[in-house]
Amino acid sequence: MVELTIFALGILLIDLMVPRGWKWINAVGAFVGVLFSALCTWQIQSTLPPRGSLGFYNSLLVDRFAIYFWYLFLAGAAISILMSVHYLDVEDEHHGEYYALLLLSVVGMMCMAAGIDIVLLFIGLELMAISTYVLVGFLRRDRRSNEAALKYLLLGAFSSGIFAYGLSLFYGISGSTNLAIIGRAISAQNPHNPVVVIALLTTMVGLLFKIAAVPFHQWAPDAYEGAPTSITGFMSVAVKAAAWALLLRILVFGLLPLRSVYTPLIVFVSIATMTGANFAALTQTNTKRLLAYSSIAHVGYMLLAFVAMGTSPIGSPGFLDGFKGILIYLLVYTFMNLGAFAVITSLRQRNVIGDELDDMAGLYQRAPVEAALMLLFLLSLAGIPPAAGFLGKYYIFLSLIESGHYGLASLGVLYSLFGLYYYLKIANSMLMRAPMETERLPVSLGMRCAVGVTALATIVIGVYPEPFIRTVNWSLGIAQPPHVAAMLK
Amino acid sequence: MQSHILSIILFTPLVGAFVLLFVPKENKDAIRWIANIFALGGFLISLPLVPMFWAQRFDVTPTHFKFLEGSANNWIPSIGAGYNLGIDGISFLLIMLTTLLGWISILSSWTAIEIRVKEYYVWFLVLQTGMLGVFMALDFFLFFVFWEAMLVPMYLLIGIWGGPRKLYAAIKFFLYTLLGSVLMLLGILFLYFHHHTVTGVYTFSIPELYKTAPLIPFHYAIWLFVAFFIGFAIKVPMFPFHTWLPDAHVEAPTAGSVILAGVLLKMGTYGFVRFSLPFFPAVVSHPKVQSWMIGISLVGIIYGALVSLMQKDMKKLVAYSSVSHLGFCTLGIFALNSMGLSGSVLQQINHGISTGALFLIVGILYERRHTREIVEYGGISNVMPIYATITMIMFLSSMGLPLLNGFVGEFTILQGAFTANWRWAAWAAPGVVLAAAYLLWLYQRVFFGTVTNPKNEKLHDLTPREILTFVPLIIMALWIGVYPKPFFQILEQPVNQIVQTIHNNANANVPVNAQVRPAPAPQAPVAVAAKASN
Repeated sequence: MVELTIFALGILLIDLMVPRGWKWINAVGAFVGVLFSALCTWQIQSTLPPRGSLGFYNSLLVDRFAIYFWYLFLAGAAISILMSVHYLDVEDEHHGEYYALLLLSVVGMMCMAAGIDIVLLFIGLELMAISTYVLVGFLRRDRRSNEAALKYLLLGAFSSGIFAYGLSLFYGISGSTNLAIIGRAISAQNPHNPVVVIALLTTMVGLLFKIAAVPFHQWAPDAYEGAPTSITGFMSVAVKAAAWALLLRILVFGLLPLRSVYTPLIVFVSIATMTGANFAALTQTNTKRLLAYSSIAHVGYMLLAFVAMGTSPIGSPGFLDGFKGILIYLLVYTFMNLGAFAVITSLRQRNVIGDELDDMAGLYQRAPVEAALMLLFLLSLAGIPPAAGFLGKYYIFLSLIESGHYGLASLGVLYSLFGLYYYLKIANSMLMRAPMETERLPVSLGMRCAVGVTALATIVIGVYPEPFIRTVNWSLGIAQPPHVAAMLK
Repeated sequence: MQSHILSIILFTPLVGAFVLLFVPKENKDAIRWIANIFALGGFLISLPLVPMFWAQRFDVTPTHFKFLEGSANNWIPSIGAGYNLGIDGISFLLIMLTTLLGWISILSSWTAIEIRVKEYYVWFLVLQTGMLGVFMALDFFLFFVFWEAMLVPMYLLIGIWGGPRKLYAAIKFFLYTLLGSVLMLLGILFLYFHHHTVTGVYTFSIPELYKTAPLIPFHYAIWLFVAFFIGFAIKVPMFPFHTWLPDAHVEAPTAGSVILAGVLLKMGTYGFVRFSLPFFPAVVSHPKVQSWMIGISLVGIIYGALVSLMQKDMKKLVAYSSVSHLGFCTLGIFALNSMGLSGSVLQQINHGISTGALFLIVGILYERRHTREIVEYGGISNVMPIYATITMIMFLSSMGLPLLNGFVGEFTILQGAFTANWRWAAWAAPGVVLAAAYLLWLYQRVFFGTVTNPKNEKLHDLTPREILTFVPLIIMALWIGVYPKPFFQILEQPVNQIVQTIHNNANANVPVNAQVRPAPAPQAPVAVAAKASN
């Protein structure tokens, strides 16, 4: 974490020194930073006590859960950097700040995944969010980008305010900023105490805004469409994963005693999210916007797993598989969604924006390999085995069956048909329509790496998921709050 | 020592697809040769299975499956899924049908496919592996992976090489079948979880699930049956779920139609035989459920035949005739006796042979004239005598003339239905008559008389390659028609097994008693009994 900050600041300094044609140095620096950070994470992991260790005056809990998410953020960031090099060239916006901001937002995410102190969590959230606001508006000469950034900033700041209000109420209830202590204080309270409920509701508004669940999703399609495509990819996986980490930390680690209160709300939100997003996605003609709605729909599926988790006894199969479902879903989603965005990014050429559905037409003739891999990503997003997406879906539906939510499970599978329909719309125009332009699409090396790595991961996780399931099983131990509370003394 | 013959059969087409990836796409003839070699190779490799299986046809194995490969737990131990293959008589026949039809359809596309040749063969070979996997898998997870993965190549075959409305047909096909399979997925997960609550073990192994699934209380089992039923009924397709079929068939390229009718539809009936019957014996033998199933089968038979009579497009006619023929297959299955079941499986094979041939026949005319409208033709037997003869044989086989295969299958099914309830047989019998009507009328309009359309005067007769595609089908049609005994012998054991399961659990509106099951689960019989009695 610290090392990433150093790299980010370093890039800012180096950027001043390198001449215009050499800006790719920044990307290399950022990439090396991410790798170095992964190495350090690995080092921490190998010396980690099974229940995690506390740091930074007990505000940080590095446990397996946090390590898992750290790897996820770093993978997302690394692939996004690979995608960015060529894209920024085309946009002629090659500035070092881009990579610095990217790295800083990863630092924020890491705080969100590991923090157990609401102040640190909030700082992490804001660090990530502010970096992303700037990144969304990074194309200064593009009006869509500016509009998206402004919208995102205003709504994001507003939701952060509500979120902070909720957290402050929790502080008022418990007299501590530490989640473990808050959790203990709340379990002594009546869960239907109005102050507790208001605190919970406001906190949840903030969290649901960050994961872009209906009805707090309005910012997502605009921000996704306007942002530079490489950042859209990054936002849809890493930022989303961080928001999920935050949500799990607060709701499962801290506020578990309140789950009888928040689970019914999540049921409602998940149904609304799946319904709203899937219906909206059906009519989109812009691929970025379509994928934005699809990513909201995926949040709806993940919330289903959260419902299963929230309604089954702790440690029962439904609880564990729901938890695994969310973690695995985020993992496979990282690769398949980034892969899809990487292909869309490669369509951006000089003078061609390339994010309309029509721009995909006949992609097969122009770039056969990219088209074939895009098909793989789309099928994976639709949850067709043997692509990785199926594994995520498998766990979610399994956990629903285990917790007895047959109705929700049926609703979920019906909506997956909607998903298939709009993914096939992209596939159809890509494979079965005649191309508008005939020349072959030039694809840069970095892009090839990005598409190749994500495709490989999508296939490997799908065909041989065993090691990944084990990793998730390993990381499942969110350290139990009572235990952490004991460590605090 | 495990035999690996199933894996070899399963992956030969996939290896072919992989090899094709490295052939430059301009080199069309090389691609065709390689694809044909692998398709023929896939068929030849499956031939040794015949004597091997024949030798073991009456052997009793603990799970009733033979040529077992892999174990229940060797693929994804964390969730209890394994790469576990095995076959019994039913899947054996369907596998042989698949390898044969796979080869024939690849051979038949030599001149039919001119654009994007490489991809075509790659996807076709992938499809072949997917279909074989469905019939071989003894693990539900593996089965589901094959079941869904196979949709993708079929969707592309229709969508890229199809007719004018290909996009619509391709998406419709994919969405319909996916709707069925996701509901089935929920059913599978329920069985999986139920197995865990009864025995404490997570496993997708089908032979293991056979032991616990009949214990599911009736009010759950009925919903599970419905989930599986929708999945399979869409695939078959049974009457109200059949609307995707004519679209898919009409738009698909010839070889795609052959495989679609010959093999893909059989997955639905296979699913009924392999899963619905032994998993939910109490539900299927419930009189109300059974009469509903029989009812929609009968409606399918009559409705499919009547709609066939009215068609102007030859391919659509054959497509609707499939609905009618598959109605016979489901009728045989839900008669729930060994006669009906073995007749049904045999009829599935017959339908693969006859209807596969019918689609080839239509495809040959289409390739020459690029139209399938019946009114465009007439007097074809004057210009294409060999073609007319072969067509006659296959038409007769399809309508169930004695000494050809269709007769044996339909007769056995009707016999089975008659034993169960004579009214069912009485209602199904007109289907046979109607089949003769629409096929003979079609034949008369297309082949008899004088050549009325000048465009048809110069049609050339079948090439040796085209004749070759029909030879194995005619041989099989004659063999099954004249001497079907070996086929019934192969089917005897698995069919009796299923009928036995149903009889043991019949009348089980009352809770199923653990003692009547042949092999109680080793773990915690007390828990089993307790679960069963609530």
